[in-house]
Amino acid sequence: MFITKYIKDVYNGVKSLLVGMKRTLYYFTHHKEIITQQYPDNRDTLVLPERFKGEVVMPHDENNEHRCTGCQACELACPNGTIKVIFKNELNAEGKKKKAIDKLVYHLELCTMCNLCIEACPSDAIKMAQTFEHSVFDRNELTKILNNPGSKIMDGVE
Amino acid sequence: MFEEVGTTIDGDMIINVGPQHPATHGVLHLVITLNGETIKKVEPHLGFIHRSIEKMCESLSYRQFIYVTSRMDYLSAHINNHACALCVEKGLQVEIPPRAQVIRVLMDELTRIASHELWWGAMAMDLGAFTPFFHAFRERESINDIMEETCGARLTMNYMVPGGVMQDLHPNFQKRTKEFLQLYKRKIHEYDELVTGNIIFQNRMKNVGYLSAEDAVSYGCSGPAARGSGVSCDIRKIYPYEIYDKLEFDEVLETAGDSFARYMIRIREMQQSIRIIEQLIDNIPEGDFQTKTKAVLKLPKGEFYTRVETARGELGVYIVSEGGTTPYRIKFRSPGFSNLSVLDHIARGSKLGDLVAMMGTLDLVIPDIDR
Repeated sequence: MFITKYIKDVYNGVKSLLVGMKRTLYYFTHHKEIITQQYPDNRDTLVLPERFKGEVVMPHDENNEHRCTGCQACELACPNGTIKVIFKNELNAEGKKKKAIDKLVYHLELCTMCNLCIEACPSDAIKMAQTFEHSVFDRNELTKILNNPGSKIMDGVE
Repeated sequence: MFEEVGTTIDGDMIINVGPQHPATHGVLHLVITLNGETIKKVEPHLGFIHRSIEKMCESLSYRQFIYVTSRMDYLSAHINNHACALCVEKGLQVEIPPRAQVIRVLMDELTRIASHELWWGAMAMDLGAFTPFFHAFRERESINDIMEETCGARLTMNYMVPGGVMQDLHPNFQKRTKEFLQLYKRKIHEYDELVTGNIIFQNRMKNVGYLSAEDAVSYGCSGPAARGSGVSCDIRKIYPYEIYDKLEFDEVLETAGDSFARYMIRIREMQQSIRIIEQLIDNIPEGDFQTKTKAVLKLPKGEFYTRVETARGELGVYIVSEGGTTPYRIKFRSPGFSNLSVLDHIARGSKLGDLVAMMGTLDLVIPDIDR
């Protein structure tokens, strides 16, 4: 019958709306189940996982020494030409000329955080840092030199 | 040539949806010919986000080109990477260790759930319901956290490499995934309460955008769009890769062919993915996560093709190698492109307001269409 079908439709329609409304009301009254994070305010307590790929950095120890041999494996592995190794000639303890890195230039603006350079590095000289707020006012600030000024290669790293 | 504004000689109105429109989920431009409110023709214009990924891959080595494919269908980035890694492994003829296979399948299924969650929220938002979006993102967020912990990124992971996976699973992975499964099972009834059972939603979805099985095949549809019409096309079942042939899961099929059928396919597919994860999460074999491959990969001369099932359908990767370190030619058969081509066919004769429901259930990702 038309009338019974009509009433049934109205009943089902109102019921389905109320069921959905109940779910919304449930979260309106249960604040503890809300998982929203207040991002810029919680910056101090924000912990990112250790594998998070933020930017490439070169760790230095307390003697200002790094582990980079300048083998250019990262430069070859990078799909975007993000890393450029610049060399200089250095005199070692015996007075012989030795090739060493002068600058390891890293273009953050070209980097896609694909982790291929970290995988390619044979001496674990570079790693990913857990930073993510990369905005700057001048794009030149995105070109970084990873090794500290005056830094040396660590003893025993070949 | 067509007119992009104004009226045609027959007195039909031409309107533009996109390229900047909230319902197109990206830069898709639809030129729609309308008779009153009835759609006479839909003409999609592509290329707004074309980045020439296929050409770009020709200058990258076999290790490097995989990261670019995360940017195609960014919602199933893992599965795109998986397809490329499989194709390179096919050329190199390397076996990958069982642990890596299980990790890959786990990640694929987590990605599939995350992708369907986003689709569910975004589609409900297109139809005017804003709350489901946040409910969907709550579950998706816990998957993203798992990805962030193990792969180091939330969207463009670049985790699958030729020979296995890039890093081993994080020690917390099993715990976090089980927590997610618990959360998902506790919350899944909300989906039905909020959207599936809703009378307004059902009236807007049922008998809208009918696609017959024959048309689905002839237009080359794949994935949930074709399975909603009753076409059995799950690559995981018909051409199993990795360990899918040893797993117990059903290929979800509906026969109605309308938008609601395509909607139900994805809702039920999420539960099948949950089933797969439950089978594997306690049975991850020990061993290597990567086989040793050469530092410089060289594929032998020839042509290689693999296909996988992404969250949207069949993704094919075709590599032509001349024996060098870079591919001679790469072609991606993306599911979004074929699924979009059917839009004109199913939209003709229906009302303009229903176009959003059709586009929503086809689940278009525009960077996947344009590449």
